Amino acid sequence: MSRHTLSVLVENKSGVLARVSALFSRRGFNIESLAVGPTENPDLSRMTIVVDAESQPLEQITKQLNKLIEIIKIVELDGDAAVQRELLLVKVRAAVTERTQVLQTAELFRARVIDVNTDTVTLEATGTPDKLQALLAVLAPLGIKEMAQSGTVALGRGPRAMSGAGTLRPVERTA
Amino acid sequence: MTSTQHEAPGSEAATREAAAALTGVETTARSLADAAAEPATGITGAQSLVRSLEAAGVDVVFGIPGGAILPAYDPLFDSAVRHVLVRHEQGAGHAATGYAQATGRVGVCIATSGPGATNLVTPLADAYMDSVPIVAITGQVPSAAIGTDAFQEADIRGITMPVTKHNFLVTSAAEIPQRIAEAFHLASTGRPGPVLVDIPKDVLQATTDFAWPPRLDLPGYKPTTRPHGKQVREAATLIAGARRPVLYVGGGVLKARATEELAELARLTGAPVVTTLMARGAFPDSDRQHLGMPGMHGTVAAVTALQKSDVIVALGARFDDRVTGELSSFAPEAQVVHADIDPAEIGKNRKADVPIVGDAKETIAQLTEALRAEHAAGRAPDLAAWWTQLDDWRERYPLGYDWPEDGALSPQYVIERLGAIAGPDAIYASGVGQHQMWAAQFIRYEKPGTWLNSGGLGTMGYAVPAAMGAKYGCPDTTVWAIDGDGCFQMTNQELATCAIEGIPVKVAVINNGNLGMVRQWQTLFYEGRYSNTKLQERGTGGGARQKPVRIPDFVTLAEALGCIGLRCESRDDVDAVIEKAMAINYAPVVIDFVVGSDAQVWPMVAAGASNDAILAARDVRPVFGDGQV
Repeated sequence: MSRHTLSVLVENKSGVLARVSALFSRRGFNIESLAVGPTENPDLSRMTIVVDAESQPLEQITKQLNKLIEIIKIVELDGDAAVQRELLLVKVRAAVTERTQVLQTAELFRARVIDVNTDTVTLEATGTPDKLQALLAVLAPLGIKEMAQSGTVALGRGPRAMSGAGTLRPVERTA
Repeated sequence: MTSTQHEAPGSEAATREAAAALTGVETTARSLADAAAEPATGITGAQSLVRSLEAAGVDVVFGIPGGAILPAYDPLFDSAVRHVLVRHEQGAGHAATGYAQATGRVGVCIATSGPGATNLVTPLADAYMDSVPIVAITGQVPSAAIGTDAFQEADIRGITMPVTKHNFLVTSAAEIPQRIAEAFHLASTGRPGPVLVDIPKDVLQATTDFAWPPRLDLPGYKPTTRPHGKQVREAATLIAGARRPVLYVGGGVLKARATEELAELARLTGAPVVTTLMARGAFPDSDRQHLGMPGMHGTVAAVTALQKSDVIVALGARFDDRVTGELSSFAPEAQVVHADIDPAEIGKNRKADVPIVGDAKETIAQLTEALRAEHAAGRAPDLAAWWTQLDDWRERYPLGYDWPEDGALSPQYVIERLGAIAGPDAIYASGVGQHQMWAAQFIRYEKPGTWLNSGGLGTMGYAVPAAMGAKYGCPDTTVWAIDGDGCFQMTNQELATCAIEGIPVKVAVINNGNLGMVRQWQTLFYEGRYSNTKLQERGTGGGARQKPVRIPDFVTLAEALGCIGLRCESRDDVDAVIEKAMAINYAPVVIDFVVGSDAQVWPMVAAGASNDAILAARDVRPVFGDGQV
């Protein structure tokens, strides 16, 4: 699989998410995850899209995205040049006898306990997708009752940003 | 030949009147465009909409009113913008497209919410595939009712997202001028395309102010029109070194009005030119360098030239599957220069060795300059051997057809004669199917904007409404719709519009009683099992009746729609009936050409097959003389 993380600045208008997701669906592009949120500029939103670019070349995906009128800029954030995080909430079975094990695991992964009752413990963890997968693997034998996981959000490392002075280089609009 | 004998009284006067009505409106709209730009306060959203259309230079809109759009129709009643009341919204959309294709200006259609808007979906998808600049304005249920499944509510913005270049839902009356201006800008710049503006009824009724021109707010829209100099020079170097180059010309050259630049480039390179279905007329058919149309039903010379070329120069073309055939075996030895205004087309289907993003007009002009420099430096290719090969293919496998064995009229002959008699100044709009391919093959196109058709989407029913729009936009030009009997039965209701509104189009119905192209495929690929392609069983219709029955009878149908109906069933009458139709200018004319049902479109590359497997005619495999060049 060929995963790429695209950070996409879009106009903060209704219907933009629908356009982006419809484009992926219509062109047969695969989305691994998609996260939308506000930015430092109230007129803009940031979409972080992790795509599987094996079936379709990444170039075609970014070119088609760039054709959407409300998309301002696309930057590919990959590997060491970016920090990437996901948020995981997981509710684990933890009767009194197993609770210590759950809490130790949480500590190892720097997860926080955010809810507890007689039967379960709910943990909050952030990290790269790999780290969260590892945490889930350790918790699985105990019994995961429920979980919710966000899409990846990412920022480029270093002083440069996507907008303003000294900006990150966008994915080529032209060929 | 049979014909109906109703000459309209005072037909000459009626002609003059119709012509005056058509040309007069345009001048009025133009002169009023300036007046409309005056600011206004305390007007309705509907008035603001109509003023915006006037200020945008719109002379005609095609549409149908209804509940949600009704507020807009009141100020439209007093406007210099002429409204053509169509019979079906699909007709409005295709008319806007025909108008845009023939004039190069933005076409406008208008419909109410719900079913009115959804009836525009087909023409929007059609315009999207063929990159035609149109603006669609739809009424929407009042803002407060949106999302409640209100009467005649449809989420037309959501529905049309994949088939428009962009679309808007207007949320306040103050936005109207800006959204209309943005819609026209988006539709007509960059890669053109359809834009829809959806306006809720309460927004049309609200009180607002109007000012023109509004500020455009499209921060994410920056089409690249100027080609990169380095890419252009690389392309020139490649072309200068080519031994078997081909200029592969697509519809983008017409959209960019770059036909003069193309002619110059062709002259300079001496290379063969092929024009796609969307580009017929971009390069004169009479020019010796023109090999005709490439693709599934292209000429053997055009298909094979691309297939054997070493450098393909794609100009405003998109390597559509109907051109390339099986992609993996398309032009295996060719390096590709791909120039297009839309970067996403470059490398989408075929890898480009030299990509150039830019407007075709500027790109071709710069490419010609760069090539002059190459030639000046002594790098001009000798294409004599290539032309020997091309001429050989062209001479051995010219376009042709056989007359039906049963003595029926040949559809190809009809279309060939129509082109010869109406000539290169006429505009031809075709439907989709066999008649479309024959019209692309057997009419000689010499000028841009004279061939209109539905290329990408393949929309049956395109011809009559598109011809109506073209005739409105070019009132002094003869406009022929060339339609099949299947297509014609999808949208012929717009002939009533033409008759009433004084838009005298001419229609040649190539009537073979069948869905001809589908029938051809059934003949070739389904052992002649004609499942549901016979539109009428001649002579057996009507059960026990003995007399041949035509359902419908296109001559009486034409009359019922306020047109002149003519019929032609034999070769000897073809010229006379066409000439008769050419002489009628006071009303729309329909000729029912009753033709044989087994005529086929050749050459042909079967769907999904390699272009190497082109058949010049049924069971005739050309000999290409491989390795001669």
